[in-house]
Amino acid sequence: MTSIYRKIGRSVWLTAIGVGAVLASSYAHGADQESIWDQIDISGELASEQRLFFQSARSDEQLDSYQASGFFEPRVRWRSADRKNQLQFVPYVRVDAEDGRRTHADIREAYWRHINGDWEFLAGANRVFWGVTESRHLVNIINQVDGVENIDEEDFLGQPMIQIGKQTDMGRFDAFLMTGFRERTFPGQVGRLRDGRVIETSRARYDSDLEEWRPDVALRYTHYIDELDIGLSLFHGTGREPGAVEDAGTDRLVPLYTIISQAGVDLQYTTDAWLWKFEGIVREGQGDAFGAGVAGVEYTFFQINETDADLGLLVEGLYDGRDDDVFATSLENDVFLGARLTLNDVQDTSALIGFVIDTKDGPGGLRVEAERRLGDSFKLSFEGQMFLENDANNPAAVLQDDSLATLTLSWFF
Amino acid sequence: MTNLLNTHKSLRRAIAIGLASLVLATTPALSQDAANKGFEVAAKSDRSDRGFGDSTVILSMVLKNAAGAESTRSMAMTTLELPDESIGDRSLVRFDSPADIEGTSLLSHAQIIDADDQWLFLPALKRVKRISSRNKSGPFVGSEFAFEDITGQELEKYDHVWVREEACGDLMCDVVERKPRYENSGYTRQLVWIDQSDAQFRKIEYYDRKNDLLKTQTFEDYKLYEGKFWRSQLFRMENHQTGKSTVLKFSDYTFNTGLTDRDFVKGVLKRQR
Repeated sequence: MTSIYRKIGRSVWLTAIGVGAVLASSYAHGADQESIWDQIDISGELASEQRLFFQSARSDEQLDSYQASGFFEPRVRWRSADRKNQLQFVPYVRVDAEDGRRTHADIREAYWRHINGDWEFLAGANRVFWGVTESRHLVNIINQVDGVENIDEEDFLGQPMIQIGKQTDMGRFDAFLMTGFRERTFPGQVGRLRDGRVIETSRARYDSDLEEWRPDVALRYTHYIDELDIGLSLFHGTGREPGAVEDAGTDRLVPLYTIISQAGVDLQYTTDAWLWKFEGIVREGQGDAFGAGVAGVEYTFFQINETDADLGLLVEGLYDGRDDDVFATSLENDVFLGARLTLNDVQDTSALIGFVIDTKDGPGGLRVEAERRLGDSFKLSFEGQMFLENDANNPAAVLQDDSLATLTLSWFF
Repeated sequence: MTNLLNTHKSLRRAIAIGLASLVLATTPALSQDAANKGFEVAAKSDRSDRGFGDSTVILSMVLKNAAGAESTRSMAMTTLELPDESIGDRSLVRFDSPADIEGTSLLSHAQIIDADDQWLFLPALKRVKRISSRNKSGPFVGSEFAFEDITGQELEKYDHVWVREEACGDLMCDVVERKPRYENSGYTRQLVWIDQSDAQFRKIEYYDRKNDLLKTQTFEDYKLYEGKFWRSQLFRMENHQTGKSTVLKFSDYTFNTGLTDRDFVKGVLKRQR
C-alpha cells in the first residue's frame, strides 16, 4: 500500500505542475477567472458490488461464499476555452468487506493534455488501450492490470507518463516515456480468485536495481487504409506481466518483474458485417523469446427476427509460444467462442457469452455478462464466470473452485 | 448517427449532371418528366446548403414510448464539409447523457457509394473500435430515428419521382417520392415534402418493407444562419405502428469555425470529452 500512496503523491505532484502551468498561462493572457471555473465538469460513478462464489474455498483462510464491496470513481475535468488545454483527474477507491488487499485506492488519471495543431502533449497519469481482439489483449502494454478488480484483466492502474503524439497524412505517431512502474495488485489471504499460495506483493523482485524507477519507453503507430486499420507498437522496459517465484523461507510467492522488449501488431479488416482481427507480439525478456497471437472474426446479424436486436458471433484462436514456468499462461493453444446480443432498446440492454476451450486440456471457462440501464442514471450489471479447467498442469486450474456470480449496481452522476 | 447533420442536407449535394443522365437513361419515357422534376426539386434543396464549411451543434433527444414515458439523450456534433464531392462529409458525435455512456464518441467518414467508415470510442476501456456500418435500418440510440434517416440523405442515394404539389402549412410544397438505391434499407419508398420558397424539407413519410406507412418526420422551427443556411431546430418522428415518438432538438449552431480533416481522424476520439 505504501507504494500506492507514493504513486498517488507523485501523480498529484505531476498534475500540480500541469495545473500551475495552465493557470499561469491563462492569467498571463488575462483570462477571466470566472470562465475557468465555468469550464470545470464533474461526473463519475458510485457502485455497489456483490459477489457470490458457488463452491467453498480450497483453503480455510479464504472467504467462503459472499463478498460485498463498493467503489467510487469521480472524474473532474477542465478544458480551456480554446480547447487546447485539458486537465483530467480521476481518482478511484474500492472498499471490500472481506479482502483488505482489494480495499485500495488509485489515481486512474491525473494529466494535463496540450493540443497544438497536429501535435499532442500529455503529462501525468493516464490509461491507454491498444488492440482489437476480445478474448485477450496481447498488444496492450502501457498500463498495469488492477488484478484485484476483476479476473478479466480489463481494469488498469494509472501509469505516470509523458506522451507526445503527432498526426500526419501517413497516420499517427506516439512516443511514451514512463517511470513509476505500477505493481500488479493481487487478492490477499482472505481473497478468492488467487493461486493456492498468496502473492506477497510487498517483496516484489525486479531485474533492474532501479526497481520501479527504471524508465520505460514505448512507440505507437496507427493508421487506416480503406477497410484496414493498422497498429504497430514497440515497448522496452519493465514488463507489466509478473512472474511468480518462491519466497524463500515462507509459503508465499513473490512477483518478479523483468526487463522486456516487445514488438506488437494489431490489424482489423472491416467489411460489411464482418470484423476480421489479428493481434500478435514478439517478446524477449521473460525466459526465451517467444511469439503470441490472437486471430479471429466477428460477424453481426443485424435486426434479428425483425426486431431491433443485433446478434454478433465471435470466434478467436489464441496461441502463446512461451515456455517458461515462471511466466506461465493458460492461453497457449485455445479457442474462444462468443456471442453478443444487443437489444438496441432505450435502456441499452446487452448480453455477452464467452467460452474458452484449451485444445489440449479441454474446456477452460465460461463467462456471461449482461447489463441494462435503469432510469437515466443507474445501471445494473451481471457477470457469471465458471472456471472449468481441471488439469492440474494448466495454470487456470488454480481457479477451479472459484466460479462466481457478480452483481453490480452503479449510479452515474 | 453517421452524419446527423446530413439530415440537414449537408450531404445532399448534386452529383447532378451524372445522375440526371443516369436517370434519363434508365427511366421509361412516360415517367421521365416526373423523374426529372423530382430530381430537380431534390437537387435544388440539396444545393441550398452548400458552402457551410464546418458546423457544431448541440442536440437533445426526447424518446417517448406508447405509454408516454420519456427518456432523454444529449450529444454534441461537429461536421466537416469536404470540398471534393466524391468524398462524403465527416462527422463526430459525442454523447453527454445518459451519464453511463457519457464520453462515448462516434467518428464517421461518409462514403458516397461504399459503406461509411465508422469508429467508436468506448470511454470505460478507453478503446477505439472500428465498427460495421452495414446496419442501415436499425434504431439510432434506441430512438425512432433509424441510422439511414440520419445518414441516408445524400441526393444520389435515391431515385426520385415528382408526385404532386400541395399546400404545406402556409407554404406550397412539391411532393417527391424517393426510393433508396443503397442496400439494406428498411424502406420501400419515402414521400418528401419540399417547400417551393426556400427548398427545405418540411415532412417525410417513411414506408416499410411491406409498403405500409411506418413513420412520419416533420421538420419544424426553421432558422436562417449566416444569411444562407436554413436549419430546422426540431425534428419530430412519429412511429405509426408502435405509437412511439422521438423529438430531436438542435441548438447553438456555429458555422465555419475553421475545422480541418485533421479534426476528424480516429486519433482525436479519445480527447473529445
